[in-house]
Amino acid sequence: MKLKTFPGGLHPPDNKKWSADKPIEDCPLPEELVIPLAQHIGAPAEAVVNAGGHVKKGQLIAQAKGFVSVPVHASTSGEVIAVEPRPHSSGRNLPAIIIRPDGEDLWEREPHAADLDALSAEQLRDLIRDGGLVGMGGATFPTHVKLSPPKERPIDTLILNGAECEPYLTADHRLMLEESERLVRGVEVLRRVLGVNKVLIGIEANKPDAIATMEAAVAGRDMTVEVLEVKYPQGAEKQLIKALTGREVPSGGLPMDVGVVVQNVGTAAAAADAVAGIPLIERIATVTGPGIVTPKNLRVRIGTPLEHLVAFCGGLQGDPAKIIMGGPMMGMTQLSLEVPATKGTSGVLLFREGDVPLRDEGPCIRCGRCVRVCPARILPTTIAAYARLDLVEEAEAMDAMDCIECGCCTYTCPAALPLVQAIRHAKGAILAKRRKV
Amino acid sequence: MEKQLYLSSSPHISEGQTTDQIMRAVIYALLPACAVAIYFFGMSALAVLLICTLGCVAVEAVCQRIMGRPLAIGDGSAALTGILLALNLPPTSPWWLALLGAVVAIAIGKQVYGGLGSNPFNPALVARVVLLISFPVQMTTWTAPAPLGSGLDAVTTATPLGDWKTAVMLTGKLPETMHGGLGSYFVGNMAGCLGEVSALALLLGAAYLFWKRIITWHVPVTYLGTVVLLGGLFWIINPARYPDPLFHLVTGGLMLGAFFMATDMVTSPVTTKGLLIFGCGCGVLTVLIRLFGGYPEGVSFAILLMNAATPLIDRYTRPRKFGLVAPQAEGGKG
Repeated sequence: MKLKTFPGGLHPPDNKKWSADKPIEDCPLPEELVIPLAQHIGAPAEAVVNAGGHVKKGQLIAQAKGFVSVPVHASTSGEVIAVEPRPHSSGRNLPAIIIRPDGEDLWEREPHAADLDALSAEQLRDLIRDGGLVGMGGATFPTHVKLSPPKERPIDTLILNGAECEPYLTADHRLMLEESERLVRGVEVLRRVLGVNKVLIGIEANKPDAIATMEAAVAGRDMTVEVLEVKYPQGAEKQLIKALTGREVPSGGLPMDVGVVVQNVGTAAAAADAVAGIPLIERIATVTGPGIVTPKNLRVRIGTPLEHLVAFCGGLQGDPAKIIMGGPMMGMTQLSLEVPATKGTSGVLLFREGDVPLRDEGPCIRCGRCVRVCPARILPTTIAAYARLDLVEEAEAMDAMDCIECGCCTYTCPAALPLVQAIRHAKGAILAKRRKV
Repeated sequence: MEKQLYLSSSPHISEGQTTDQIMRAVIYALLPACAVAIYFFGMSALAVLLICTLGCVAVEAVCQRIMGRPLAIGDGSAALTGILLALNLPPTSPWWLALLGAVVAIAIGKQVYGGLGSNPFNPALVARVVLLISFPVQMTTWTAPAPLGSGLDAVTTATPLGDWKTAVMLTGKLPETMHGGLGSYFVGNMAGCLGEVSALALLLGAAYLFWKRIITWHVPVTYLGTVVLLGGLFWIINPARYPDPLFHLVTGGLMLGAFFMATDMVTSPVTTKGLLIFGCGCGVLTVLIRLFGGYPEGVSFAILLMNAATPLIDRYTRPRKFGLVAPQAEGGKG
């Protein structure tokens, strides 16, 4: 059977074997939780606690500022010791609420069983917003915004993204395997919010155990598990929609333009918690890579510094050369291990000196590989060449803005050209130009 | 943690195949053809190979020195051009012809445009055509294969395509001896340029390139397919005058051209559709030149002409970008 997929893409070695068989472990609380106010796309939350105060687990500590924003909650009970800028995954020092856990781990309000039938779609969506939910695949877009399509954009399909196409990461894999029941409860919540019948759960074929588990979990619920070809970037939103529905999100458009909403499986699981009174205060993250002694899948409290995660995984193996938050294809390098894990931290990847590809770039030999693998079906080498000459308009005319920054071009380039990096630069310049006019 | 951490934007891994590795792999893929050339044409073939290869590398180094650019002969591209040039020369080529070819290929065919990646035409073919036009006698003096150890002397003779062209020109008909030799043509037992004689050796090399995923099927399949179809069409129309498709396939430089010259990445389109058009164009031009042109062989000219068309082809075959659809009304199609 031909598996569902999208045009372009490639298959990097997935390196998931390091952690795929490791059951999720609870990462113990650190000495100090560093909970940034900016953990989502949109306006950062506003702190509502001050240094010296005491907070309980699940308590609101920062409120949403505007519609495209979400609140932040205390990941455990303890003392607020500071509200101050701290190293953030963006590379800057950004405001964070520092909590010293009291070890009691006491809830502000005990979680309760949710009765979905008693709640309207609006009420469910408000619970999701109040729970601080964001897209947990890494994009961290506020979930309630995605669940609020305008009336003129009716939604007929909800897609659950369980592709986990990034090499190394196994957090979603383990979630589907170990917590399918919670996940499916969350899918039910999302489905009710959107009022759709059709639910597709896309999982790459390299996770047969997760596929079987999920199929069993959705039995009798009118949800379909779809097996996807193992190909990066299968989990990219538009590529996933194309693979599962055949619909193409128009250039510059959003999934709702084709009647679809996509949510990561982790977000769905968090939605099940949100309606039960548990805000987003923990997530599953994979700590892996050749630079770590014992790769693991961990249940991590939001705000746990990466060094604490690393220590719990047996520490560093050799000198780290690169700390990556997220996967190796789209993750962000970090300045230090002091950076905390946030709502969007799907994994922490540690590379040593020899694991980092360091090559001098050469001239483009027009091999055409970047063109063949580009899922946006644009010409990376041409756009990158324009970008590097600062020919912004030419880059725009070659559809630079359609680039989804998946990195396939740079990955495959035999001349080691920084193609996606140059295109990113061009996109920034194009946006700046558009803002000016 | 005393060491500096690397900070870079994603992706943080790479496929690993480098330009140098690609060039080297193509060189390895040409080794069977080189071996066959030396087997059939002896020491003179070895001499041509050495002069061209060393010549190209030396000229590349000199050019880069003159232009104040970093020395990049290690990337293997000059050596590859040298080998391809040698394989495109007659085994009897005098040393100065081979050396001149190397100078033309690298200096005029490649470095004046800015070096690797910037040349519009296949450098080895530029050199071959310059030599063919400038030194028609030396470039069309062929010897019959005299396998090593056979004790045979190198006898001047014509290539199968040359035989055919002469016969057709003089009598309007195929030569008598044409059929029946295809099997020995296939292994390389015919007169011709060093590298073009053995379809078998070239196919071996091509298989290696496919296995290493260095070349794709697009150009070779469309090129050879077009030659077979178009050549076959003429053959069906007039089998007394036009050779059959198999003859087209195993004689002349078609195999060398289709697998090793037309697939040159630098001078062929980057788009998939463009590669298909490029291959078809090479096929059509090759057949037309062979059947109706002044030269018996048309592969070099065909590829060079399509090289010239490559920017245009790329321009008109841009892929349809993802999401290039009229924005769908209300909710999309079911």
